[in-house]
Amino acid sequence: MSANTEFPGPVKWIDDRLGIAKIGKKNLRKVFPDHWSFMLGEIALYSFIILILTGTFLTFWFKPSMAEVQYNGSYSLLKGLHMSEAYASTLDITFDVRGGLLVRQIHHWAAVLFIAAMMVHLLRMFFTGAFRKPRELNWLIGFGMLFLGIVEGFIGYGLPDDLLSGTGLRITNGMIQASPVVGTYMNFFIFGGEFPGDDFVSRFFIVHVLLIPGIILALVTAHLFLVVYHKHTQYAGPGRTQKNVVGYPLFPVYTAKAGGFFFVVFGITALMGALMQINPVWLYGPYNPAEVTAGSQPDWYMGWLEGSVRIFPGFESHFWGVTLSWNLLIPALIIPPAFVTLVALYPFIEGWITGDKREHHLLDRPRDVPTRTGIGVAFITFYALLWIGGGNDLIATHFGISLNNVTWFLRFAVILGPILAFMVARRWAISLQRADYERLTHGLETGVIVRSPEGKYTEKHQPISTYEAYSLTARDRVLPHEIGPETDDNGVRAPRRALHKARAALSRFYFADAVQKPTAQELEEAHEHAHDPDEIHELTEDTETYREVTSDRS
Amino acid sequence: MSDEKNLPAVKDDGEHHGAVEVAEPIPDPGLEPHEPRITDIDPKAADRVERQVSAMFGLATLLVLGACVAYFAIPRDSILQFGPLSGNANNMVMGLCIGLALFLIGAGAIQWAKKLMVDEEISEDRHPAHSSPEQIAEITEAFKQGTAESGFGRRKMIRNSLIGALGVLGLPAIIFLRDLGPLPGRALYNTIWAKGIRVVNDVTDRPIKPSDMIVGQLVNAAPANLAPLQEEDPTAYQNAKAKSAVIVVRIKPSEIRTKPGRENWGVDGILCYSKICTHVGCPISLYEQTTHHVLCPCHQSTFDLADGAKVVFGPAARPLPQLPLAVDSEGYLVAQSGFHEPVGPSFWERG
Repeated sequence: MSANTEFPGPVKWIDDRLGIAKIGKKNLRKVFPDHWSFMLGEIALYSFIILILTGTFLTFWFKPSMAEVQYNGSYSLLKGLHMSEAYASTLDITFDVRGGLLVRQIHHWAAVLFIAAMMVHLLRMFFTGAFRKPRELNWLIGFGMLFLGIVEGFIGYGLPDDLLSGTGLRITNGMIQASPVVGTYMNFFIFGGEFPGDDFVSRFFIVHVLLIPGIILALVTAHLFLVVYHKHTQYAGPGRTQKNVVGYPLFPVYTAKAGGFFFVVFGITALMGALMQINPVWLYGPYNPAEVTAGSQPDWYMGWLEGSVRIFPGFESHFWGVTLSWNLLIPALIIPPAFVTLVALYPFIEGWITGDKREHHLLDRPRDVPTRTGIGVAFITFYALLWIGGGNDLIATHFGISLNNVTWFLRFAVILGPILAFMVARRWAISLQRADYERLTHGLETGVIVRSPEGKYTEKHQPISTYEAYSLTARDRVLPHEIGPETDDNGVRAPRRALHKARAALSRFYFADAVQKPTAQELEEAHEHAHDPDEIHELTEDTETYREVTSDRS
Repeated sequence: MSDEKNLPAVKDDGEHHGAVEVAEPIPDPGLEPHEPRITDIDPKAADRVERQVSAMFGLATLLVLGACVAYFAIPRDSILQFGPLSGNANNMVMGLCIGLALFLIGAGAIQWAKKLMVDEEISEDRHPAHSSPEQIAEITEAFKQGTAESGFGRRKMIRNSLIGALGVLGLPAIIFLRDLGPLPGRALYNTIWAKGIRVVNDVTDRPIKPSDMIVGQLVNAAPANLAPLQEEDPTAYQNAKAKSAVIVVRIKPSEIRTKPGRENWGVDGILCYSKICTHVGCPISLYEQTTHHVLCPCHQSTFDLADGAKVVFGPAARPLPQLPLAVDSEGYLVAQSGFHEPVGPSFWERG
């Protein structure tokens, strides 16, 4: 079998200029591991591509201008009304451009999906510990994209200049205005004067179609480059180690699978755009600063911020001739940034607590790091409760309960809920670890109950396969961070003792009660115990009557 | 590699460590043997999958063509009706065709990969992310050489003046943005309300007489000088409207608790408040007659209009500003003056 040493014509032309064989030889057969949870990031990437495609289509007709016009399009209910050009052109896209409504709806659904996929992807990273060294920077890049994606989505939602989006911007304007010292100045610079003014649509437009997508595109590139450089993480299993990556090659399997998945995501968003109405701006009417609709809701990803602002009690301080609006400062300008900063810095915080400085390419099962899992669930609970708060009026009206009670409940629940969720999730994870330990040492419960001649009942256990046993034990044996001696060899007190003590205490808390995997000796003992004639563990060929009391046997 | 797999627990020799290496207590058994799929064994099954995949691709082609036909064939204002659901036929048919076509292309490719392409897992070695000691030595050397050749470290005057020049470059980036907007000045303190401005219904623009209002009624109103602005300067109109919108309400005088100093601000139980919420500025619009409570639909701040519009629930911290009312010579409601405090959300300089 002789290999070709020369490319065919057109490929040669390219290779002569780019040296594609040098670039491609490593990557064409690059191995990617297979798992459903690895597709979440793909969904985010594909919805971003869909957003660029559909967004470009929309810009051909959208007029980013707040100049006032009289509507004369084909939607008869708004005919003759005064409105901004932005809103009028959105109506034109919806009613007069064929396929315009479809593309607008695909664009909006893809935006909603984009942020949802990034968020679930982030949770997958979190719970499996994929953010650990060497991937901390990629965590930050991904986090940056999520943040920008949310801002991008919100700005896009403001562009049509309908009643709902204008209300959203009015709220944002009010929040910015609450910033100490610079609030009014920031507002006047962002909106070109008083709200609403006539500048924000054209300004937000360029940020929406050029600035933020450009930055996200650059970050996507860096993100994917790092995925290729670090190689994908994988779940522990037979033959899968810290030093290899096991899976299918990029060409052909992933070219087909991932490429096909792009079409699946696009297809589903297109079907959603065709069948499910989203943001029907023609029903809201043009923005009017003196009107608002009851039950106004932002896109889902702004809901937690909305909830935070809704449930905070109305505190305000007046002193020395200034006003401090705690009712906005804390829920809109302190809590959300603090929350997201904590999420962004989590890899570094955890690394400091555990003192772990090694590279990690095998993913953790969430149960194997109970404290991290607990923290993650606490964060989800906090976010979810705020999100529910964002719809407190809808919950009150739909379930026929008092709005005030919903709000008061949430005021306490956002503090107590995460603590409770942390404890429950952590103990849950520890119980699952114990179940794994049992499975390893005693095997799998067959449900077959055996009565011995003396009348003693025992359940048969069947040993698990070597592959499964290996998978269950292929994880770290965790040790809390050690504090080191009080004084060095010369009797000098070690520096920053208090900090080290705090760190060691945190580390002990972090690993407390986590179940270690059994040692070789413990496994040995457990298996020897299995040969005890009193207990029958092996499931023999003739006992196939599962879940029956086999009193006539043995 | 295989000799590394079965190593017993080894303590990492790093400075700090939180764990001990894996691959104990059970040695790595290696990759599970490959289980052949039905399509690996049975050529008929493989052919069946081939037909499935090509059918999906073929159908996708037809659907894409269908979408193109629909673009021209279906009038853009025709409506499709399914019971209570309805939608624009043009958009819906095109979307269905394109969506299904894309989905089928994707599903076909994935089916092809899963059933027909070789599915034996392969393994690739990883390498640590950091550079090798030789590379580090090499780059450090090269960098030192470059620094020495430039004289950057020695010629401190060049270095410092360059840092200064680059640092000051940030200034124009900020200063040149100055014209993004005017300074706030007193803009937030004033509205177009003034002494003698009539209170008009914000839909009909008709002035309101006290006799037009019955007890329990709430009217959304505006200053009479707002509407003329619309023709002359639409932006100023919107900005003025965002601050000057008011609600006029008539409450049984016996139920009103008047704040000291506001005894003559109402006319026979008719009171006028700013419509702009003091929380973040949504127009307040939900009125409950029996309790005289008005609720902001954005964040549910609730104000008691009979009690100086004080906050009874929700995140707002201040009562709605009240506009002092009077009756002019023709018997219409007018403002005694503008608002005595800034309307809308709080801000730092407000005091």
